[in-house]
Amino acid sequence: MSTNPMEEAPREYRVIGTRPIRHDGIDKVTGRAVYGADVSLPGLLHGSVVRSPHAHARILSIDTSRAAALPGVKAIVTSADLPEVRDREEALGEGSTNPRHLSHNILAHDKVLYHGHAVAAVAATSPHVAAEAAGLIQVEYEVLPPVLDVRAAMADDAPILHADLRTAGGDPKKAGTPSNVAMITEFEIGDVEAGFAAADEIIERTFDTAMVHQGYIEPHNAVAKVDPDGQATVWCSTQGAFDVRHLCAEVLGLPLSKLRVYPAEIGGGFGGKTTIYLEPLAILLARASGHPVKLVMSRSDVLRATGPTSGSHIRVKMGVTRDGTLTAVDASLAYEAGAYPGSPVRMGAMCMASPFAIENQRMVAYDVCVNRPKTAAYRAPGATNAAFACETIVDELARKIGMDPLELRRKNAAHEGTPMVHGPKHRRIGCAELLEAAQRSDHASAPLGNADGPRKRGRGFATGYWFNAGLQSSATISINPDGTASLVTGSPDIGGTRTSCAMMAAEELGLPVELVRPSVADTDSIGLTDVTGGSRVTLATGLAVHDAAQDVKRQLCERAARTWKCAIEEVRFDDGGVDSLVQDGERLSLAELAKGAGRTGGPIVGRATVNAQRNVGSAFGGMMVDVEVDTETGRVDVTRCTVFQDVGKAIHPAYVEGQMQGGAVQGIGWALNEEYVYDDEGHLENDGFLDYRMPVALDLPMIEPVIIEVANPAHPYGVRGVGEVSIVAPPAAIANAIADATGARVESLPMSPPRVLAALHTRP
Amino acid sequence: MSTVFIPPALRRLTGGAERVVVSGATVGDLLDAVDRLHPGVRDALVRDDELAPHVAVSVDDVVAPAGLAEEVTESSEVHFVPPLGGG
Repeated sequence: MSTNPMEEAPREYRVIGTRPIRHDGIDKVTGRAVYGADVSLPGLLHGSVVRSPHAHARILSIDTSRAAALPGVKAIVTSADLPEVRDREEALGEGSTNPRHLSHNILAHDKVLYHGHAVAAVAATSPHVAAEAAGLIQVEYEVLPPVLDVRAAMADDAPILHADLRTAGGDPKKAGTPSNVAMITEFEIGDVEAGFAAADEIIERTFDTAMVHQGYIEPHNAVAKVDPDGQATVWCSTQGAFDVRHLCAEVLGLPLSKLRVYPAEIGGGFGGKTTIYLEPLAILLARASGHPVKLVMSRSDVLRATGPTSGSHIRVKMGVTRDGTLTAVDASLAYEAGAYPGSPVRMGAMCMASPFAIENQRMVAYDVCVNRPKTAAYRAPGATNAAFACETIVDELARKIGMDPLELRRKNAAHEGTPMVHGPKHRRIGCAELLEAAQRSDHASAPLGNADGPRKRGRGFATGYWFNAGLQSSATISINPDGTASLVTGSPDIGGTRTSCAMMAAEELGLPVELVRPSVADTDSIGLTDVTGGSRVTLATGLAVHDAAQDVKRQLCERAARTWKCAIEEVRFDDGGVDSLVQDGERLSLAELAKGAGRTGGPIVGRATVNAQRNVGSAFGGMMVDVEVDTETGRVDVTRCTVFQDVGKAIHPAYVEGQMQGGAVQGIGWALNEEYVYDDEGHLENDGFLDYRMPVALDLPMIEPVIIEVANPAHPYGVRGVGEVSIVAPPAAIANAIADATGARVESLPMSPPRVLAALHTRP
Repeated sequence: MSTVFIPPALRRLTGGAERVVVSGATVGDLLDAVDRLHPGVRDALVRDDELAPHVAVSVDDVVAPAGLAEEVTESSEVHFVPPLGGG
């Protein structure tokens, strides 16, 4: 069904913009919501995964005989049970994936490539028997030297992870040489050399950021059953049931129709649940044992063996004139992909300078394999690393020419028609509006005050950009005989999108939102719906809901016309009912039409499918932050924090604020505390939340959200999508605040006390 | 005539040209026209008559869902960009 957003945009809303209680709220606060690990089936077996104790080793042999002999063990699988799959990039999931790499990450074939890499899996009658059996599986390894650091991995003499990997886009003379650099991508607009020649001040620095994890509360899990005819059913915690189906089908060599995936309730994802780990193992074990099988990761498994986001090494050079015009940026970005290619480095490069109108830009992006877990998406993948580097330099340039950093940003703000480094121009965006809101904010004019003794106070600001995604979605609205509605989508709800979608349906149909029941369906019960990611659900699934509601309204008009024996052009849907345009006062409410639907043509069901690529509206976020730095210990405390975001239109403002606050908190953790710590042999030393330090409520002030609404003209309600961009600005904003407080520039994340102290000792 | 912007890595195939102006009704037509002028560009971007999995196309600043079949106008600007995802 076609959508003409501009013509249909209502000016005043009845439901959109309000803050109703979420439909799934009571289930969640009373513990009734069913998560993947809660799923139980008759005859259920429990699985355990054998993981590599080494970061890099060749598998010489796997002996499962002792485990198989243990009473209660029903099945054991290794990579020998996985079919050979194609060794080339395919359009899978959100982007492109090499199915062979995906398969080898599920179960290591000839080599293990990181500490925790899965090697075998076992199913048994209890979790304890399964764990004991896993301990009896003997794997003989030839240990190889690991490479953990992105720069070390790029060296000519680095240990090579994949003997068959060649650098795409690299020097043709090295085309035959194995390398850990999977891809080099260049972007360039304008004349960078001329831009620097026109600059009065130029700063060039290098930055490092640590690998960090999304830190979702709920570990990965999967329950699978396989019927005698080979039909497999999976329940799991995922951001995309259709992606799980597609990826499992690819890895297992099955037709899509042989797989049905139920997305269970999800306890956080942030991008980390957009791929597969346990799901194919559960299917293989269920098929081999003839019983349903459940697998649940421990926190250690999650940290060691699921996808964090990349650590990185970034060089940035920028130039500015004395009047505050940014003239050029030149950057190289090297991101850790983990054990297999596919870091978000290209997206980082494309986002880096997108908040600015800079005519001359060059970025070179390096995707680099290291002996760490294969990275996965994390909120605005790649952008936070890049913004940390770029926004720090912008702040420093402003101070060097004696201009307020926020004013420098406003003067150089990207706007509609500004080209980005990869070529396309911005469409209607709210970057300038955001910066002006920040300048006008109470926070900006509040006195910073002085701290006591060795503590110094500072204020920093930074912006961030994220594309947002469109992709495909489906929605179905069934009108119940009593005039209420059931709304079905295929988008797992990680941010309140059940309710935001129900609000859009209620808005269109003239119903109270409480009378629209939203649910998230399995892959056999709704049309294909891409992953909940890219901040896309309220935008794209919302668009499908909007269009499905138009379908319902059209059918209601047909039913009314049939009842009144008039032409459909002689009726009009308005505010929850259909009016006759030819007989004054004639009106049939939605409830009356629903009650009589059996007599006028049968059930009323609206449906819509969309590819929302053309409807995407990009997002800008910003953070203003006050810090206190203890110059004796290096400890940094965030004392005040305001976050700004152009959301297009806030469908449910409370959930939008929650996304802004959540992203800010994760960004603060990335800035100050979080990092993967490995020993020299590549063993992860902090594989639990006691040692992998995420911020908690006591570490933080109230995060004050400021919503800016610059409507996305390509969406019926002006929605842009809000889930990701809030994480981009925080590390740079905090680094700028530390510099404001102390004069020291910290160039590595996390800005933990030792690094802050080191920067204090080396400041000019 | 539409303008096709050449990614930096492929400019060795176009003698350094950053953009090529050609005629066509779709992205595929434009790419064929560019390839006739500068052989090798199409092979770098296309696999099995579809855009390669690591390539997306932007037409007039919108990532085009139809790929090579995306229709263009006489004044269209075409960029080949990495596909975008998210978290």
